[in-house]
Order: sequence, then C-alpha cells, then structure tokens
Amino acid sequence: MCRAVDLQRAVLAKNEAAAQILRTELTSRGTTVVNLLSSPGSGKTALLERELRLAGERGVAAAALTADLATENDARRLARSGAPVKQVLTDGLCHLEADMVARHLHDWLPESTRLLFVENVGNLVCPAGYDLGESLRVVLASVTEGEDKPLKYPTAFGLAQLVIVTKTDMADAAEFDETAFRAHVEQVNPGVEVVLSSVRDGRGAGVLLDRALAATEGNQVHTPVMARAGA
Amino acid sequence: MHEMSLAVAVVDQVEAAAKSRGAVGVSSIELDVGELAGVVADALAFCFELACAGTVVEGAELITRTVPGTARCEPCADVWAVGMPPRLLCPGCGAAAGELVSGRELQIREVRWAGPEAAREERRQPITEES
Ligand SMILES: [Zn+2]
Repeated sequence: MCRAVDLQRAVLAKNEAAAQILRTELTSRGTTVVNLLSSPGSGKTALLERELRLAGERGVAAAALTADLATENDARRLARSGAPVKQVLTDGLCHLEADMVARHLHDWLPESTRLLFVENVGNLVCPAGYDLGESLRVVLASVTEGEDKPLKYPTAFGLAQLVIVTKTDMADAAEFDETAFRAHVEQVNPGVEVVLSSVRDGRGAGVLLDRALAATEGNQVHTPVMARAGA
Repeated sequence: MHEMSLAVAVVDQVEAAAKSRGAVGVSSIELDVGELAGVVADALAFCFELACAGTVVEGAELITRTVPGTARCEPCADVWAVGMPPRLLCPGCGAAAGELVSGRELQIREVRWAGPEAAREERRQPITEES
C-alpha cells in the first residue's frame, strides 16, 4: 500500500529550533545577537571594525564572530578593535546556520558580552533564509552596487530590520541615486530604516552600535512585512 | 548554494518519518516552495539527487510546487499578487502591506511511501491519510 502523508513540517525546522534555543540562551544571559548580511566587498568588515572600536570607547562589551569560506583575514582586521573576535571557516558553505554559531560560542564568548555581531558570509542569497538567533538583522549595501540591489535580492532586503548604505563618500563618483535606492527598499520592506554611512568620512558613526543597543532593550525593532507571514 | 542544506533537511526529515512508520521506500516527495523563499527549484532538484543517495529516499521523485506571493492591505482589505520582485505597497492606497499571506512557504506537503506492497498495488489510487 502506498500512502500519502502530509508531514506538515517546515524544511527549515531544524535550523529554526536551533536558532530559538540560541536566542533564549543568549538573551537570558544578557547577550544580543546582530546578524550582518551583505554581498562581498560592501564594506561590512570596515564598518564592523569601526563600530567595535566605538563600543570599546563607550565601555560596551561587544564581540564579533566572522564567517568566510576561507582565510582568517577578517578576524585579524576586526581584532585590531580590541574586541574578542572569532573566525568561522565555513569550508565552502555559503551561509551560516544557527548550530554553527552555537558551536563556536563555547569556550570563547566572554560571559559579559552584551552584543555579539555575526558577520555572515558575503552573499545576499543563502544567508537570508537562516535565522541565527539574532535580535537584529542588518543588511548592508554600498553605493557602488547599484540602486536596484534591493529588487535583485528581495528576500535579504525584505527581511532586514535595518538597512545601512556604506561608502557614501563615493556616492557622487558612483552616481548613486539615493531616492531610487530608498524607493526600492520601501517596495520590498515598507517602513524599514535606511541609514547612510561612510567609514572614510565618519558619517553614521555609531549607528550600528546604537541600533544594536536599542535592540538589547527590546525597543520596538522594525518587523518586516515578509516576516509577518499570515499562514 | 544553500539548496544543498535544504535538500539534506528534506531527506533527513523524510528518513526520520520513514523510520518511525517502518516504511522501506519513498515514491515521491512534494514540496511547497514560496516565490519569496529564495529557493531555486532546479538547484534543489540537483542537490536532492545527491542528498538522497544511499538513503531510504533514494529513487524518490521530487515534485516542487511554486506558491505565488500574495499580500494583504489592512485599510483596503485588498489581497494582491506581489510579483517578483515583490511589491509590498498596496496598489490601491499605497500603504504598506499588513501581512504577506503566502509566498515564503518551504514545506514538505506530501510524501508517498513505497515498498513491496506499494509495488504490488502500484496501479491503485494512493490513500491520503490527511487532506
Ligand atoms: Zn490599501
């Protein structure tokens, strides 16, 4: 006999369960996770290095877990900020999963950590589908990537709770159309905050840190429409 | 490519279900994949072939059903097909969609078990346990 059975289980259930455990565990000890997504070369590491340095100056205990397919270059760069940093090598995997994050925290993350920044693998497709137990999801796009990036990667932009435009010191040279970019973000993620930033001229300094700290206090973080699925 | 992880997740879940019910084979797996789930059906099919090798799922047919994205506007109570890239602003009043009604599904909709008995009765209509 051949039977049809509706399993009614989400394919990603395993990751979602792991993410929920991680979120509960970390929040209960006062650590908030911030998941950073972007394409390669958007300036994620530079921005994170600046924000970690600021966290140090302000006495906020912040740490970073950085993921790459290969090399420990990002960890070395981030470590210059003085914050605890750990490199995850994904061995070819294009995104992080919740259990990978959980595995790397043991014996490394100081108990007192208030903010844990997770620098996801540079990729706007795959990381979008994986909850890492974060309380804040940020997507970065540099001015050189084109105004239609949010339309090309609607899931990544559509699920972000904050959008940061990087390298704005180059906006004129790149002929970046801010109005068009904002309209495209609004189309896939109505109401999400878009902030402009440049590590070179200091624009937007502290914005990632401020929003992350706000998330630790449970301050109304934006809920994207895509995350408000009815069914 | 995250389709490999998804394919492995599908195989793992079906294998676990097969074990718990003592099934010895799977004839087909039907998946609901939302337009906005960020999954490429062809890539998933390719990965599935690799992921199911040597498991009870080997040889099963993978059927993917694309679920279109639809959103609802609260003030207008309008429901519209969001398209790709999605338009999450109401075509009627321009307000932000209140919710995404469909389009982010990634679910195993149905599994058809196969085995010695299934082979014997393969011309029969399958019996659906649940709707
Ligand atoms: Zn409306």
